[in-house]
Amino acid sequence: MRAATWLEHADLQLRGLTPFAFTLLMVLASAVPWQLPNFAPVTPAFTAIAIYYWSIYRPDKLPYAATFCLAMLLDLLTGTPLGLSALVYLLVQVILNSQRTFFHGKPFLVVWWAFSLVMPGIALVSWIIASLYFNALVPPLPFVIQAVLTILLYPLFAVLLSALHRNMMRSP
Amino acid sequence: MRAYRGRALLLALPLKSLIQRFAFVLLVGAAITIMILSRAEPRLVDNLRGAVSDAATPILEFFSHPAASFASLVENVDAVLDVHEENARLEKQNAQLLNRQAVAEQISRENAELRLMLHVVPDPQASFITARVISDSGGPFVRTVLINAGKQNNVRRGQAVITSEGLTGRVVSAGQHSARILLLTDLNSRIPVVVESSRARAVLTGDNTPRPRLEFLAIDARVGVGSRIVTSGHGGIFPPGLPVGIVFSVGEERVLVQPYVNWDRLEFVTVLDYTLPGFLPETRRAGRIGELR
Repeated sequence: MRAATWLEHADLQLRGLTPFAFTLLMVLASAVPWQLPNFAPVTPAFTAIAIYYWSIYRPDKLPYAATFCLAMLLDLLTGTPLGLSALVYLLVQVILNSQRTFFHGKPFLVVWWAFSLVMPGIALVSWIIASLYFNALVPPLPFVIQAVLTILLYPLFAVLLSALHRNMMRSP
Repeated sequence: MRAYRGRALLLALPLKSLIQRFAFVLLVGAAITIMILSRAEPRLVDNLRGAVSDAATPILEFFSHPAASFASLVENVDAVLDVHEENARLEKQNAQLLNRQAVAEQISRENAELRLMLHVVPDPQASFITARVISDSGGPFVRTVLINAGKQNNVRRGQAVITSEGLTGRVVSAGQHSARILLLTDLNSRIPVVVESSRARAVLTGDNTPRPRLEFLAIDARVGVGSRIVTSGHGGIFPPGLPVGIVFSVGEERVLVQPYVNWDRLEFVTVLDYTLPGFLPETRRAGRIGELR
């Protein structure tokens, strides 16, 4: 077996950044004004999809510190109470990490079904924290709609994500 | 050699998971601390927000253009479909407006003469700057947008933000070349207003729904559905008379207002510089994200 050239090494390293880069893109997607009717309050939680996927398949490439930084950026850009997303997504990640073996070799439908359980959890916890933070009942309906939209969008992103994942793993 | 490596791995794996667990606890602690700190000392976070939005402005600007052009494409198709009806409506409206203009000119001339006779102190003139919306709150927590103008363009905390339709909100934090606008529908938005016809004062209170409500309205105030709501100018931050919206419903408990602003087409906004010199120091002005009520 020949030794890998430095270029191949660099290529491999760069491809290892895919989970981080993709999640960063999802953070920006949340912040960009889509200018669709009544869309802003219910913008799907793109970041949640990215964090869910990579926590299951490549947690080594999306460590807690990366999640923390990305979630803080999300809060800073969107004006969300600072630290809220970081807290929620770290909790999601630690739960997924403990359940990782469950997902191995499971078909897509099972992974999607699990996401449809995780997303309402994210919405509920976020709503409770936001209501405590503002010391007022934040209207819950947008949280529900956001969760439903995100769950419905998951398959679309899963196709994209698995393509990226395959590209990440192909030998140089 | 192989045995040694095996043993090292045996030790390294639990160590790695231990470090990870430690990092997790540390980061969760940091997130909670930051949240509490941002609640207690919003000013610290404001500066950080300003710096990060400044850094992200070029990227967000880049992304906001395609999003905007997509939206305008949808709009254009929409517009082409009912261009005839639109034209007829506009011609009719134009005739009405020409009439109104003649009346308005006469009234404003008369008004100016009367003011002169009464020696009224003139309202300070507001200067303004128009900026593009480059980011919105993309989530259910707050109703804010980010614009691509900041301190370098004389945008300051507390300034009123309008569109051609009416009042939009106010500046809550300003970076060097970006600023965050708290929309009047946000949970933390409080705007002194009056009912234009009856001059009844109230505070327009946002609650994250599309229709904010009127609070502190006198019990005997005459408010009907369709009444125009304008800024009162109390507090000296907003110029008086900016159109805000119309009364949408009057109930036993609450009066809801439908803002004039079309939130779906918030592409450009105008920031008004109307601070009465020395009226209120910046530190005393209202309006921070997450401030105590």
